[in-house]
Amino acid sequence: MSIRERLSGNEAVATAMKQINPDVVAAFPITPSTEIPQYFSTFVSNGSVDTEFVAVESEHSAMSACIGAEAAGARAMTATSANGLSLMWEMIYIASSLRLPIVMSLVNRAVSGPLNINNDHSDAMGVRDAGWIMLFSENNQEAYDNTIMAHRIAENKDVLLPLMVCQDGFITSHSIENIELIEDEKVKSFIGEYKPEHYLLNDKEPIAVGPLDVQAYLFEHKYQQAQAMVNAKKVIIDVANEFEKMTGRKYSFFEEYRLDDAEFAIVCMNSTAGTAKFVVDKLRTQGVKAGLLKVRVFRPFPAEEIAKALSSLKAVAVLDKSDSLNAAGGALFEDVTSAMFTNNVHVNTVNYIYGIGGRDTTCYDLESVFNDLQEIAKTNSLGNPYRYLGVRRNG
Amino acid sequence: MIDKNTTAENLTIGGNIYDAGNALEFKTGDWRSVKPIFLSEKCKQCGLCFPVCPDDAIPVTNEQKRLDFNYDYCKGCGVCAKVCPFNAIEMKRN
Repeated sequence: MSIRERLSGNEAVATAMKQINPDVVAAFPITPSTEIPQYFSTFVSNGSVDTEFVAVESEHSAMSACIGAEAAGARAMTATSANGLSLMWEMIYIASSLRLPIVMSLVNRAVSGPLNINNDHSDAMGVRDAGWIMLFSENNQEAYDNTIMAHRIAENKDVLLPLMVCQDGFITSHSIENIELIEDEKVKSFIGEYKPEHYLLNDKEPIAVGPLDVQAYLFEHKYQQAQAMVNAKKVIIDVANEFEKMTGRKYSFFEEYRLDDAEFAIVCMNSTAGTAKFVVDKLRTQGVKAGLLKVRVFRPFPAEEIAKALSSLKAVAVLDKSDSLNAAGGALFEDVTSAMFTNNVHVNTVNYIYGIGGRDTTCYDLESVFNDLQEIAKTNSLGNPYRYLGVRRNG
Repeated sequence: MIDKNTTAENLTIGGNIYDAGNALEFKTGDWRSVKPIFLSEKCKQCGLCFPVCPDDAIPVTNEQKRLDFNYDYCKGCGVCAKVCPFNAIEMKRN
């Protein structure tokens, strides 16, 4: 029987890490992810895990230690947020290009400045092209489940890419909610032992990792990374199916909430999906055919599948909790609209930048988005597709 | 062995190298612009040259006797010529 508990998002991830019992955890505290290494270090002190905990002096070192450990043949994990991820930046690319299946918990927070420690997705969007698999989580349960599935995806021989599990800072990381945990033994057998084919500590096969990759080779190595990201799509679904057999909880590239017969839909990621479901339910009672597409897998981006899921709508709003500051629209909006265009789906689609720096996004805000969508459908006029939701302005 | 014609499918991931001692396969002689000439008649086999060679360009026998240069690995740095007390190594344009 699964275990019913009440945990915050950070506790949920730390608990998953305890059950995974990785060989190495290297982390540096940064709000709002600090609690993850904090809880985990108590597991180390209490002897409930065998992990070597490396209390590094910076996030650059945290990722470097994970890279060294993973290359040596160990399972390595870390956790960070915002500017901590920024400090890892250089090593983030090294991890993915060396094809090391490190698993990171990213508790999303605004990248300063101006100095802000609250939630948005600017940290994750800053590394969206870094070659990491990126899973997003609506609540503590999904953060836990995604972490349990992470190694099976990342370590698959057709993938071998690092993976980050994202959840919203404070909103999810510090909110205590009900959660269903999987028994320790079941997690252990689901994840299995890590047996890399090549690793530095294998004295029977001395190897070199990370040599100079000159003009004749780097292009082909990037192509290999790109193919691994393509391969990850099937593996993510396979692992989700196996996970569903174990837990009964179903996961895919994205969740479609009342989208089947919907005319108007919001596309968003992480905790806002919870608010959006409430609004969809409310509007449905008023006869508005509202729906939601919650993206779980942002990298690899399920372009074809998303385009298909949105193809019969009258109007779509893509919500970005981070602005790309490109005078055109946020990252999710650009990915969704280009997916629609290349798959010959032509639905009026607008972008809302929202919730920046931890600004609350209420059900009234999302209702106003659905009102806008109905207006767009009625007038068949898009107006400016690049919008800010609820920003204070004159007039 | 890989070269500029090796396809993506046939390269290791991340450029990892799974064979130890592979430096012998990496011939760097074509980097050279000047070339050391071994004048064996002047050489006293004093043994000062081969320890300073940064690569594998001076073969040495089990009896500690140096042989002529292996130009596959000589980059023409000239350190050996500099340390030779007997002018037994002469640097010439390649």
